[in-house]
Amino acid sequence: MRLHRVAAIFLRQFYLVRGSPARVLPLLGWVTIDMVLWGFMSRYLNSVTAARFNFVPGLLGAVLLWDFFGRIMLGVTTAFFEDVWSRNFLNFFATPLSVSEYLAGLIFSSIASSSVGLGAMLVLAAVVFGLWFFAYGAVMIPFLLVLFLFGIALGVFATALVLWLGPAAEWFVWPIPAMLSPFAAVFYPLSALPRWMQYISHILPPAYVFENLRAIVGGRGPSAIALAISVALAAGYIVMAAWFFARIYRRVVRTGLIARYSAETLG
Amino acid sequence: MVLAVRELRKSYGDVTAVDGISFEVGRGEIVGLLGPNGAGKTTTINMILGVLEPSGGSIAVGGIDLAKHRSRALERTNFAAVYAQLPGNLTVEQNLRVFGLIYGVKPLGQRIEERLRQFDLERLRKTKCGVLSSGEQTRVSLAKAMLNDPQLLLLDEPTASLDPATARDIRAKIREFATHASTGILWTSHNMYEVEEVCNRVLFLSRGKILLEGNPRTLPAEHGHGTLEDLFVAAAREPLALEHS
Repeated sequence: MRLHRVAAIFLRQFYLVRGSPARVLPLLGWVTIDMVLWGFMSRYLNSVTAARFNFVPGLLGAVLLWDFFGRIMLGVTTAFFEDVWSRNFLNFFATPLSVSEYLAGLIFSSIASSSVGLGAMLVLAAVVFGLWFFAYGAVMIPFLLVLFLFGIALGVFATALVLWLGPAAEWFVWPIPAMLSPFAAVFYPLSALPRWMQYISHILPPAYVFENLRAIVGGRGPSAIALAISVALAAGYIVMAAWFFARIYRRVVRTGLIARYSAETLG
Repeated sequence: MVLAVRELRKSYGDVTAVDGISFEVGRGEIVGLLGPNGAGKTTTINMILGVLEPSGGSIAVGGIDLAKHRSRALERTNFAAVYAQLPGNLTVEQNLRVFGLIYGVKPLGQRIEERLRQFDLERLRKTKCGVLSSGEQTRVSLAKAMLNDPQLLLLDEPTASLDPATARDIRAKIREFATHASTGILWTSHNMYEVEEVCNRVLFLSRGKILLEGNPRTLPAEHGHGTLEDLFVAAAREPLALEHS
């Protein structure tokens, strides 16, 4: 892997974001809306319920982590869509750029863009709602890593899907985080789900993260076994997503679709 | 030899787009790839660019097998095509910087300045490519195509959509580049006047096969035609007659 080629993909995304308020605003806009909405919701729930449970870290912390995961995934797919929208595949893939370099460039672009959103969320949560996320200490970092890895895996999988099915398939991608959230048990314990949904939850790394977040907020320690399972699952999904992308890429090169991508299919 | 194509073939099911063609391009040589629409020109170019997998045969750029060492072979290659404009949402300079990084061009800043000067793009460096005229976009594509001083340059109808004066200017720049950089060029065009002026050798492609090969200035007379355009029309309409002549 040549770093200068990875840097080229990152630089292209940087140029696009730097020169476009329409691209900067969504990095901050959605997460700000979510923080404000769920922040006040959490405060309100604290004021009307007699429960000893503090909703601010439980609910707002969950929203923060889920948004982080969503931003990571959409960071990869949005960077990819920039090449779809500008019909840039032929320009890029007729160069020495390899698939792994291209994906690495998308991932670094996603890290940069989602860091902006994460920073904004952390500041808002701390300043406006008094949720000092890092007060929970280094114990949160592995769980953030799990969400990061799974976000990358899902982002790579989604880009492969669009590469395979054509530009119109981008509409499959946007709702993926929302479709997963009920199974990830972001806002409630896994035990609240029916048995069949729990089976699905157990193969989703975020479910382990949110279950442990609630344990940490509730004063109990995180489960090392759950952490190990979630890391292994997330790493497995990354490998599978990279394999899937490489397979789809070989397919579109074999059929010639990559050079005629706007046609969507060769049929 | 900068390009060696051997028994190259591409089939889509029962349809054969390219049928076992072999040819070479030497250093400093400009080879015209001619043929009617659907003859297999762009399919051949896409296979040489590594964006279409051949069904058979081999491609070597500077002696490097494209199938085995894709990145190394494509480091020595570049292209410009009328249907592959650079991203319109980046400026001229930004596009050159991104593609210069991909090709590992050093020193990049200096090379970008040279190409901007060479193609009279200095005043457009901060302009987004999407708002440039066709002629300006072609100049940017060519500046990108020559950024890495490629051993092999693939030009798919580079002067289509250009006015005659601009096209002449562009042809002169490409010829000069081929001479000075010892770059081998594979050039497709439907403009026979242009082909005659620029190409050292032409390959007539018809139904995926090489029908004729030779010097564009002497080939028409060798086959009983007055001009290259007449020969082209005959090759397109009655390829079998020419194949047996």
